[in-house]
Amino acid sequence: MRYRILQRGESRSFPPGDAFFAGASDGGEVTIHLGTPVVADDSKAAVLIELGVECLGMHTGEAAGEEGSNVLGFARYRNGADPPSQLIELVRQPNTRPVAIDAARAVFDAAGLTVVVCTDQAGRIIDRLVRPKYNAALRFLDEGLATAKDMDTTCRLGLGYPDGPIERVVRGGLAYHHDVTKALLEVYGTPAYAPARRAVVAKQREERG
Amino acid sequence: MSKPIETVAVCGAGGTMGAGIAIVAARAGFRTICHDVSSESLDRAARQTEAFFAKSVERGKMTAAGKDEVMRRLSRTTSLDDLVKADLVIEAVFEDLAVKRQLFSALNVICPDHTIFASNTSTLSITEIAGGSGRDDRVVGLHFCLPAQLMRLIEISPGVNTSEETLRTAWVWCEAIGQLPVQTQDKPGFILNALLIPFVNDCIRAVEAGVAAPADIDTAIKVGLGYRMGPFELLDLIGLDTQVRLCEAFYPITLDPRAAVPPLLRRMVAAGRLGRKAGRGFYAYHGNAMFGT
Repeated sequence: MRYRILQRGESRSFPPGDAFFAGASDGGEVTIHLGTPVVADDSKAAVLIELGVECLGMHTGEAAGEEGSNVLGFARYRNGADPPSQLIELVRQPNTRPVAIDAARAVFDAAGLTVVVCTDQAGRIIDRLVRPKYNAALRFLDEGLATAKDMDTTCRLGLGYPDGPIERVVRGGLAYHHDVTKALLEVYGTPAYAPARRAVVAKQREERG
Repeated sequence: MSKPIETVAVCGAGGTMGAGIAIVAARAGFRTICHDVSSESLDRAARQTEAFFAKSVERGKMTAAGKDEVMRRLSRTTSLDDLVKADLVIEAVFEDLAVKRQLFSALNVICPDHTIFASNTSTLSITEIAGGSGRDDRVVGLHFCLPAQLMRLIEISPGVNTSEETLRTAWVWCEAIGQLPVQTQDKPGFILNALLIPFVNDCIRAVEAGVAAPADIDTAIKVGLGYRMGPFELLDLIGLDTQVRLCEAFYPITLDPRAAVPPLLRRMVAAGRLGRKAGRGFYAYHGNAMFGT
């Protein structure tokens, strides 16, 4: 499946020099927007737009649950400042054409990436699920439940995770965690997404410069 | 009061966790008394223990003579009176506050003053378990991870009245058996379950909200975060009914909405989809068919 990339600014999914760029061509059945405004193009099998914390509907508009076309959203999961993972979260709408999903899958599969499909929800899959956990861990740290080291050790040895919640959220950037959770809080309104104190402090320090 | 730990007793040793703890203690050189109310459970656990060590010999991790020696350190009983010589009693009985309190209260009459009582509870308060034991300064939380014989982590939690000496003795013993202790406050779920139970519930709610299929969520978590097992694979392994029980123990104490039993989980348990042990949970185990597809 041939694909064309239209880019403005830096992409979180595909940093400069990423191998994915080498596979792109001047035309093709799939158009991928990295920071460029999405343009409806029914002649394409799929039009893909890279998402940040926003929903796909922000770009396409929504129609009382009837929305959907050949336009899909996507993001390559990345923990803040960490390098991108091999995971592509592909975002569909209720009436997204199956052929568009297949085309998007084909493009990313060919690049050696792993695709999962999710509906158009804030935080997609991973951020929706792990950010409350990081908030809880940061709160536990403040409350003195255990040291950061012990919490991380517990998750590594007790659950077989490659890293613990504190080391991971700190490595990804507490200010970044603040921005993601704030965006999720705006959509879901549940306290679990309220940025933890340490993330708020980190954000304030970042803003102060 | 202080006396070196030489003999360890495990209550609830007929269960998976208790049997695992007994293996760890005996393997590390301690005389280990396995107690359970069911002799059948004890017999079954003994057979599993024998098989575990036989596998260790097969894999070259211990000698046949070493295995025999470890097996000789293990004894079985259904009578609490036989725990009279225990320096440390670890309970891994049913996760019920009244049951644990009753056990420690009974043991308090039987065991010598120096005996430390440890609870392997994963959700209950050590302080509450210790209350009424008659020796709440000598009660401590020692939460092993499943399977105990393979996982090195132990969460050590002192209750409000746990003495420094008890905590220190328990810590040293954990290190002596080759485990890695971490200290947590006496709070619901300690570290591991306080983070895990709500997270798993969030995953179930994401399926319920139509965000993605269980298999996609598992793949996302494994590929994106590098976890060995996805949350639904884990749920199917531990049992969906177990997750319900954990939530029911956890939520009333914390009132954390994330810890409440997700409606989908209740429906799946009601439908008999308990996980691997039932052949069906979020996945079906006679094939690769997956729930919801």
